Amino acid sequence: MADTIFMALGAIAVLSALFCVFQRSALAAAIWLVVTMLALAGMYLILGAPFIAAIQVLVYTGAIMVLFIFVIMLLNLGQGASDIRGPGAKAVALVLAVATGTYLLRLAGYDPARLAFELTGTTDLSPATVFATAEAARQAAEAQGVVGAVAAPLFTTYLVPFEVTSLLLLAGIIGAIVLAKKRI
Amino acid sequence: MLLGPALSISALLFSIGVLGVLIRRNAIVLFMCIELMLNAVNLTFVALAQYHGVGGQLMVFFVMAVAAAEAAVGLAIILAVFRHTTSVDLKTNTLLQG
Amino acid sequence: MYVSADLIWLAVALPFAGFLVNGALALWRPGAKTVVSIVGSAVLLGAFAVVALIFRSYAAAGLTTAHVVPLWTWIPAGALRIELSLLVDRLSLVMLLVVTGVGSLIHLFSVGYMRSDPGYARYFAYLNLFIVFMLVLVLGSSLPVLFIGWEGVGLCSYLLIGFWYGEKANADAGKKAFLVNRIGDFGFMVAMFLIWVSLGNLNFLQISELAPQQLVAGGTLVTMITLFIFLGCAGKSAQIPLYVWLPDAMAGPTPVSALIHAATMVTAGVYLVARTNVLFAMAPLSSTVVAGVGALTALFAATIGLRQYDIKKVLAYSTVSQLGYMFLAVGTGAYVAGVFHLVTHAFFKALLFLGAGSVIHSMHHAYHATHSHEDAQDMRNMGGLRRSMPWTFTLMLIATLAIAGIPPFSGFFSKDEILAAAFARGAEIPVFRVFWSFGVVAAALTAFYMARLMAMTFFGDNRTGAAEEKHLHEAPAIMTVPLVVLGFLSAVGGLLNLPTLVGGDAKLEHWLDPVIEGAHHFFPLEMPQGQTEYVLIGLAILIAVGGLIAGWRVTMSGPILPARQAVPEVGFWKVLYHKYYVDEFYEAAIVGPLRRFSERVLWKDVDQGIIDRGGVEGSAGLARTLGWIGTRLQTGQVGVYLTVFLVGALGIFFVVMG
Repeated sequence: MADTIFMALGAIAVLSALFCVFQRSALAAAIWLVVTMLALAGMYLILGAPFIAAIQVLVYTGAIMVLFIFVIMLLNLGQGASDIRGPGAKAVALVLAVATGTYLLRLAGYDPARLAFELTGTTDLSPATVFATAEAARQAAEAQGVVGAVAAPLFTTYLVPFEVTSLLLLAGIIGAIVLAKKRI
Repeated sequence: MLLGPALSISALLFSIGVLGVLIRRNAIVLFMCIELMLNAVNLTFVALAQYHGVGGQLMVFFVMAVAAAEAAVGLAIILAVFRHTTSVDLKTNTLLQG
Repeated sequence: MYVSADLIWLAVALPFAGFLVNGALALWRPGAKTVVSIVGSAVLLGAFAVVALIFRSYAAAGLTTAHVVPLWTWIPAGALRIELSLLVDRLSLVMLLVVTGVGSLIHLFSVGYMRSDPGYARYFAYLNLFIVFMLVLVLGSSLPVLFIGWEGVGLCSYLLIGFWYGEKANADAGKKAFLVNRIGDFGFMVAMFLIWVSLGNLNFLQISELAPQQLVAGGTLVTMITLFIFLGCAGKSAQIPLYVWLPDAMAGPTPVSALIHAATMVTAGVYLVARTNVLFAMAPLSSTVVAGVGALTALFAATIGLRQYDIKKVLAYSTVSQLGYMFLAVGTGAYVAGVFHLVTHAFFKALLFLGAGSVIHSMHHAYHATHSHEDAQDMRNMGGLRRSMPWTFTLMLIATLAIAGIPPFSGFFSKDEILAAAFARGAEIPVFRVFWSFGVVAAALTAFYMARLMAMTFFGDNRTGAAEEKHLHEAPAIMTVPLVVLGFLSAVGGLLNLPTLVGGDAKLEHWLDPVIEGAHHFFPLEMPQGQTEYVLIGLAILIAVGGLIAGWRVTMSGPILPARQAVPEVGFWKVLYHKYYVDEFYEAAIVGPLRRFSERVLWKDVDQGIIDRGGVEGSAGLARTLGWIGTRLQTGQVGVYLTVFLVGALGIFFVVMG
């Protein structure tokens, strides 16, 4: 059941992405991207990351995409001429994209057993034993609750990146304010 | 479970993002395609977090934070450029030529 | 009082100090002729005094071994360690006495000869420098040090031949001497490399020890080495085919011709062979080649001398011929005979040149007084000078008798010893009989052309001109006194090595025995005894006297016309007059093509084409093109940048993760 929904959401995501890329109107493209992100949020849920799913909706769609839409409307670009490049560039882009795609699609063949094999070098151990820590973490998550499961490592192992990210956000704020001023 | 499908969807989304980046001339839409690529990567992280522990999800957390900051600043830059040249078309903004 | 051989450096330092002083004066006070005369001559006399004292102490102590005086390490390069050290042994002492002794006399002569020349100080500076290098050559304890002297005397020869460089012909003669010498130097250097590679040592004493142990006697390597050494000698000592520079070198002042091109520099080749006698003794093939070339040169040059009219040219070809005799001697294995002839030749040839210098000086004076433009060196313009220059005449007569080989003068003993040695060697190697016959004919021709020279210059009616005749007079004392000393030496020089046959004690032979005993082992020589020796001596005297009489008769048989009225030469005489057209042949076969190749290919194609256009302009163009490519990459279009970025990223993925 979960698998079917997952595949359906995946299809939606991919199709929306395609629409997003090929839309003439910037605003339409933004809306399709929102659809993609919401589909992704659903997929995160099924993959056992509810916290991330929530944040995806809140931050990515709710903040970042809204910002994009604000700017698009602010610039008032209108319909105008299509801003898709000519056939030459399209050909090059297609080639590169197909190349990237084929290269990355090799990942499709992965499953837990293969992952376990690549990690330990033997096929004797079952994925369950290899990924025991992950399993244990999941159990702990059930106990602490979704947010707690993420927060605990965040404030212990990953404390430094956390603090640095806050500095980054500060820099971002300052930068955005400076750039947005009419006269610096 | 679902590792294979998740990774393949991620790959598809990433390539579509690459396609978009190379094909669009509007700076804002270009930016959006870059966000699409970031999302694809996030999906990979989450898919593998099932096996490698919650660190994967935390990576997604940080990626989102950085993406937010990047979007804010980037859009501010685009606005500033628009103020000068009244166009966000990359074809006309060739001041870097030399 | 005992003077240690360690002080030999003083003999080199004194002339060097003279060079510095005279050189400085030449640059800043060229008019200070008295100071130059005193300094220039005094340093030479001082050097001679040092050498004489060291010689006396060495001889008195009865030393037979070589004394090495180390100065400093010149090239310490790993296994190759070239020390700058001086070698004082019996052979070098002989040479030193000749160089400093005859050199001092020539310096004194030059004081008078060059008196009125504006480049007086420069002349003495160069002359002193030459003595420095010649002494380094003689005293060098190893091949590289000798080579310093070798090159240095070549340089000074160039400077002095082209002394009056205002005339292009003189400058050309200097260049010719230097370039032809260079060909010989190539041979010398190859020989040095071969010796280094095979023996690992370049010092003469060590070479004499190591060669018999490490080289095969008569083998290819030692033959190659000696042939290359001989190539160097052929250049420096003007043997066939590299003799062509010496007649042209007569363009320099006459005392220079006397010192450099008669007594000292040109004998450096003979000295080198005598120094490396062990190597030559180990290679009988090379020794035969040396003797053969020497004999042929002796004959060849003598024939050319028969028909030259410039007094200095006759003497130049005579020098080439006599050098041929010296090489015949050392090629035969009679190293002592070669050195003996070197010494006696230094005496009488220097005397001949200086005498000719006196004559030319007088002729110049005469023509200068009457503002005539006749050639002062052409013998056809001379004649009857014995009346106006009696001293010069007498002394040159002594020298002529010496060079012709009339006993008891010095030349007779040295030349006879050479011919006897060649004849003796003919018993084991038949071709030496041919060389001996060349030597005999050349001796006859020598007597002939010397008699011709004396007859044309000093006898008969004076052809200089009625107006000039009264200006012809004897040279001043400063020029005549050195002639007297040389005349004395030419006369009694034979006493140095009087053969036992006439009751002498072969002093030089015994003196040089320790130096050549290594060679005796490989290339022993049985000198003719008894009956054969008497016959040979008789033959030598006969041809000498015969040649002199023939020369006199032929020259005085008909009237001699002054140069301006001379009849052009015909037939074989024309060939002799034009020196067998050897210079023309070299010009057409070697020099001309080389010059054309140099101008057309090396200059136009290589230098201008490849280096200037290709190299210099090409690299500039390349930089410009690369820069242009860089410009093309900076399109300013973000789309292009992104494309390239992605291609690069894909590439990295491929490479890193496969």
